[in-house]
Amino acid sequence: MAEVVLNTGDTAWVLASTALVLLMTPGLALFYGGMVRAKSVLNMMLMSMVTIGIVSVLWVIYGFKLAFGYESNSQWYGEISLSGLGSAVNELTNNGGVYPIPLLAFAAFQLMFAIITPALISGAIADRTKFTAWAVFVTVWVTLVYFPVAHWVFAFGNKVGDTVTGAGFLAARGVQDFAGGTAVHINAGAAGLAMAIILGRRVGWRRESMRPHSLPLVLIGAGLLWFGWFGFNAGSALGANGTAALALLNTQVATAAAALGWLLVEKLRDGHPTSLGVASGAVAGLVAITPACAFVAPWAAVVIGLIAGILCALAVGLKYLFNFDDSLDVVGVHLVGGLWGCLSLGFFGSSAVNNLGLDGIFYGGGATLLGKQAFGAFFVLTYSFIVTLMIGFAIDKTIGLRVKEEAEISGIDYDQHAETGYELTNSSRGGFSS
Amino acid sequence: MKLITAIIKPQKLDAVKEALVSQGITGMTVSEAKGFGRQLGLTEVYRGTQYKVDLIPKIRLEILVSSKVADKAIEIIVNAARTGSIGDGKVWATAVDSVTRVRTGESGEEAI
Repeated sequence: MAEVVLNTGDTAWVLASTALVLLMTPGLALFYGGMVRAKSVLNMMLMSMVTIGIVSVLWVIYGFKLAFGYESNSQWYGEISLSGLGSAVNELTNNGGVYPIPLLAFAAFQLMFAIITPALISGAIADRTKFTAWAVFVTVWVTLVYFPVAHWVFAFGNKVGDTVTGAGFLAARGVQDFAGGTAVHINAGAAGLAMAIILGRRVGWRRESMRPHSLPLVLIGAGLLWFGWFGFNAGSALGANGTAALALLNTQVATAAAALGWLLVEKLRDGHPTSLGVASGAVAGLVAITPACAFVAPWAAVVIGLIAGILCALAVGLKYLFNFDDSLDVVGVHLVGGLWGCLSLGFFGSSAVNNLGLDGIFYGGGATLLGKQAFGAFFVLTYSFIVTLMIGFAIDKTIGLRVKEEAEISGIDYDQHAETGYELTNSSRGGFSS
Repeated sequence: MKLITAIIKPQKLDAVKEALVSQGITGMTVSEAKGFGRQLGLTEVYRGTQYKVDLIPKIRLEILVSSKVADKAIEIIVNAARTGSIGDGKVWATAVDSVTRVRTGESGEEAI
């Protein structure tokens, strides 16, 4: 076998994708920030921004090795050691095969996934979580949940010669997840549910109006998420090639169909198609196509997206049925959309579009793939939900998770950050204080 | 002297302002207000959740006039602000004891 040498085209695409995926987290901050009330917009956005800070630092210290240390023989976690990225500058990526891109490009690209996953959880706990408690939560959660789960799903093992050793638990079992339906979306969705339960409902839930304070912010955020998601999905090909192009095209058409699906539900059920609906539908489609984007034909991506839009538009009502305050519908969009996306491969998976993929039910592959997908999806869901419950409980009993009731009513922005999002008056409220 | 207070639809402010000025009645104070009358608000839907919005944005106009033009001013406002649909608002007048112009110190009718 010829030795793999660095390919500049592939490397350029992965580097560009890394920047695209980073932009998703500020995009998420806007998407979530617009959806809360004006008195908590800054806290909502800061939860995403501080996650970029915390996870990036943890990643270079030990996170990368814990998730992707390929010399690990464990299927549950990578290597427990310092990431040691400074001594890997001239190494190529080895992940179930040697890729012609620098290890550091892969490390940076995967970092962005480790950042956005905990940031997604913040939508479930809006308006009421102590900022320091959130920072501690992110640190513990990525260590005990994201880094190991990323290893199960995304670590394909160490390839030496023709043998591959140390693949992750789910990767080794043939669970297909191209860009993170399980490790990112089901994981974050299940954790969001656990945290919403631990924290309890907001003061005034189902009594006061908690409608979004700025839908234009929500739409800007959804636009940035959509844009960045091309890096998330097509970048996961780790090369500038046909698989990346398929993933990119499928991402576009599934998202478009999902936005239409959500609007359709609103028009029929509520009478008006809404801007929040088109933004939410787009995100639901992005979530659902994530695991499937490089394993299905574009027509199937349209169907997957359309169903995701309809399904998630209906699923966001679940919290009222079960009485948990998942404030910005992390469960309804990410958990439900992620589950659908993972399972959809069991129907639409096609080895004709990607020879690494398997055939689903509609391509004569029988129910084998669907069974694997269901196993992977529910395994991650269960692990994330239980471990997050324990982390949340432990933080609540020690430093406390929730702000005081008065602070929540008057606004978490001022209480936690001594700032307010908007100054909408010309008349002075005071002056300089030395 | 009378203080006329009018609660009108925001989109009718320009029409009312132009109608008053064209009839020689100048000067007004405008503030953004919220409220409801017999219509009791409207409904908005976010992700399938219905919210009752009972405080609807309105414009509150305050105009000082001499007693002899008060009825005419009210008539102008009512005609200009009317759309015929629910939520057109209300206009009322109250008696004013004294008015003083800050810049000159004039008081009474001359200050209007």
